[in-house]
Amino acid sequence: MQTLFIVAILVLGFLITFQIAKASEYVAVLRGIEKARKQSNKINGFMLLAFLIAGLFGVWYCNHKLSGKILGEPASDHGVLIDRMLYITLAITFIVFIITQVALFWFSYKYQESDTRKAYYYPHNNKLEVIWTVIPAIALTVLVGFGIFYWFKITGNAPKDSMVVEVVGKQFGWEFRYPGKDGVLGKKFYRYIDAANNNPVGQIWDDEANHDDVFVEQEMHLVVNKPVHLVIGAKDVIHDVGLAHFRMKMDAVPGTPTSMWFTPKFTTKQMREKTGNPDFVYEISCDQMCGKGHWSMRGVIVVETQEEFDAWLAGKKPQYLVANPDKDPSVKKDTTAATAVTAMNIEPKSNN
Amino acid sequence: MSESMHVNPEVVTTHAVHHDEHHVHHHHETFVTKYIFSQDHKTIGKQFLITGIVWAIIGGLFSVLFRLQLGYPDQSFPILETFFGHWAKGGQIQPEFYYALVTMHGTVLVFFVLTAGLSGTFANILIPLQIGARDMASPFLNMLSYWFFFLASIVMISSLFIQTGPAAGGWTMYPPLSALRQASDGGKLGTDLWLISMALFIVSSLLGGLNYISTILNMRTKGMSMTRMPLTIWAMFFTAVLGVLSFPVLLSGAILLLFDRNLGTSFYLSDIVVNGEILPNEGGSAILYQHLFWFLGHPEVYIILLPAMGMVSEILSVNSRKPIFGYMAMLGSLFAICILAFLVWAHHMFVTGLNPFLGSVFVLLTLLIAVPSAIKVFNWLTTLWRGNIRFTPATLFAIGFVSLFISGGLTGIFLGNSTIDIHLHDTMFVVAHFHIVMGVASFFGMFAGVYHWFPKMFGRYLNNTLAYMHFWVTMIGAYLIFWPMHYEGLAGMPRRYLDKRGWVSFNQFGDLDKMITVVSIIVFAVQLMFVFNFFYSIFKGRKVTSTNPWGANTLEWTTPIRPGHGNWEGEIPEVHRWPYDYGKDGREYIPQTEPIGENESKH
Repeated sequence: MQTLFIVAILVLGFLITFQIAKASEYVAVLRGIEKARKQSNKINGFMLLAFLIAGLFGVWYCNHKLSGKILGEPASDHGVLIDRMLYITLAITFIVFIITQVALFWFSYKYQESDTRKAYYYPHNNKLEVIWTVIPAIALTVLVGFGIFYWFKITGNAPKDSMVVEVVGKQFGWEFRYPGKDGVLGKKFYRYIDAANNNPVGQIWDDEANHDDVFVEQEMHLVVNKPVHLVIGAKDVIHDVGLAHFRMKMDAVPGTPTSMWFTPKFTTKQMREKTGNPDFVYEISCDQMCGKGHWSMRGVIVVETQEEFDAWLAGKKPQYLVANPDKDPSVKKDTTAATAVTAMNIEPKSNN
Repeated sequence: MSESMHVNPEVVTTHAVHHDEHHVHHHHETFVTKYIFSQDHKTIGKQFLITGIVWAIIGGLFSVLFRLQLGYPDQSFPILETFFGHWAKGGQIQPEFYYALVTMHGTVLVFFVLTAGLSGTFANILIPLQIGARDMASPFLNMLSYWFFFLASIVMISSLFIQTGPAAGGWTMYPPLSALRQASDGGKLGTDLWLISMALFIVSSLLGGLNYISTILNMRTKGMSMTRMPLTIWAMFFTAVLGVLSFPVLLSGAILLLFDRNLGTSFYLSDIVVNGEILPNEGGSAILYQHLFWFLGHPEVYIILLPAMGMVSEILSVNSRKPIFGYMAMLGSLFAICILAFLVWAHHMFVTGLNPFLGSVFVLLTLLIAVPSAIKVFNWLTTLWRGNIRFTPATLFAIGFVSLFISGGLTGIFLGNSTIDIHLHDTMFVVAHFHIVMGVASFFGMFAGVYHWFPKMFGRYLNNTLAYMHFWVTMIGAYLIFWPMHYEGLAGMPRRYLDKRGWVSFNQFGDLDKMITVVSIIVFAVQLMFVFNFFYSIFKGRKVTSTNPWGANTLEWTTPIRPGHGNWEGEIPEVHRWPYDYGKDGREYIPQTEPIGENESKH
């Protein structure tokens, strides 16, 4: 009933608008098309000027309302560079925006048709063309220069002392692997992936580097002020590790490992104080369309001190021991059954 | 024939003798050959336009539906369930449906409306009329071009009605998501239909493009040298070149994807475990598709934009009663944009793991495009300067185009810079950027074209009051919708998130999303009003009474008010000058057909 009502109102409004439009055309024809045209010309000229003023006010108002809801202080060293580049670009483009928009609408208003004015025949001026080729070119050179300088800093090799974490995206969640004490991620192969037998990453158990690797899901822990080198992959489709507060982003592509590195500047606790939001957490958003759960593919990053991190990691059992309980010194050996399971795990899983 | 009744008296006297002969030789036209399988470029142009309008309504409606979800994620709309059944269970748009909607919205508007509907329409209508040709180089291929587009449309529409729904992998259709049937519902039959439809569309686009190029190069009337062509024609020419060189690459990408989907190849697939199933494919590269896609995809945005630029140049010049400023610079910048369009595709891929050095090269080339773009903007501004501007609806849309092109172009400088792109990539900032600069701006160019050439197409005017309402609501609405959206992107909010309430970082824009939804519904309603005005005016609009209602110089205004097939009744007129002699030597306008006077000043 309500829907019907709304539709009726819409149709009615439409009909009224149409009747007015038709009537105004008849009036224009009666009064003389030329005269009506000149009148509407004045109205539209004025509207263009009004639009300029209202628009500039709108730009200010929009910024006033929303600037508090964006960005905030970047939480990584690279984020500082990215924000600086953003503000340099904003400064230059904003000046150009104001000059060109004001010129556009002001000229439109100022030079609207008038019986007393004749248009000025002005087909070209090479000097002007050169000026507005060279000036933008210089401005862009500056932007390209800064941009590439920062870009190489950000995408350059990770520092030697950075900690390594593997991030794997899947429909629809995040998995992480820490290299353990040896600092080396063990080898893996996708055909070994076997979630039912506690090998979600496809680790090759023969590789000793795998024996101390720790696997966790959905929540990644990082150490404040310590560079982190993320090795990124995906299991099924392309995902993207989006870290809005660190200003970082990198696709997770099945079959092609990617990487990025940055240094977190603030712990989660510090950010809670800075933002005044007791519920603040660093979030990982999936930024590359990956299917129906894309919008909810959320991971969490906890940034903490080295001691807190060490304590957290110490509480995790290496995945090798989770998958092979018989190798775990803390588990009592129940001989025959366990070895049988292990043997099956080590066999490459043949699918077809 | 009733056309002869409207003929300008001048034309009748000049060509009275030829007139009768012409009709004797005129081939017999039935309803089918005149309106359906027509080979007349004007009719084909109208077919493209009307099909484009139908698609625009469908694509626009999709955006209204997903805007409802974005603005009101917590509410249910029972009417949606009535229409869409299990896609909108309980009146709420389901995620699969949401992604199908955004995918179709993008595909339909980018390809079917702003490529076929825009350049298909105006290249067809304007090229022969403005260069002085009776028709296209190959009217038959031209007709096929439309019918391949129509076939593509039928296939795409049919995908909306299948059980698993249309393709839902985003309009870019990145594999592996689009390659794996297991990964999404839309990845089942819907994606096959999408790929087939695109293949047909590419055939249509190539047939059209080759025709436009050969017509422009070979069929110009006497005196119409390349540098005497209106900028519309130059824009259509570069558009066609871009399309001919880049669409085949998309076709190859689509075919490889079809192979991966149906024949077990591994072009794009490697090391995949989907839903616990280990796939045998190894050695493919998912990124290869992105290279192939964007090698078309980036020129595509210029395929969309250039015709709008050309028409805006023409319309601003005619209505400010002044020559376009810097014709050669305009031409040079079109050329530069056309070349650069092929050299910037990887700026869509800065965060795919692309080699950073390669990334830096693409930053340089991408930001270079800002130079010809700036030249164009300054030249448009100087064209308006000291003019005597008539604000016809077409002029207003052209001014709106320039404003939007500035706004959206400047945000491109953010995104083209890889450093900033790390943060802004795939956020709402990107959505805001490309909707302003290529979506709405190109629509404005298209509207400007429709308002300006409607009298030529149908011999009648559109209703002015509705036209002005259309402009102002769309202009204000476009900025209200897309300007604040940049802020969502600056906050890092990713694209294609249908509900942000579960996020700590992105849930602060609830009110803004509501506002945007309300405005987009209003703007959509006003577009429907335009469509109504369009169809109503075809039959009932105020009649055009003079052959040259805008006082323009170009050749299309030397044809009869309702030109028949062949355009000119007698000889095709000869051209003696460039098309922008407005306000020269104290004369308001001097048509291209007028010989240079003895004492005429040089420009």
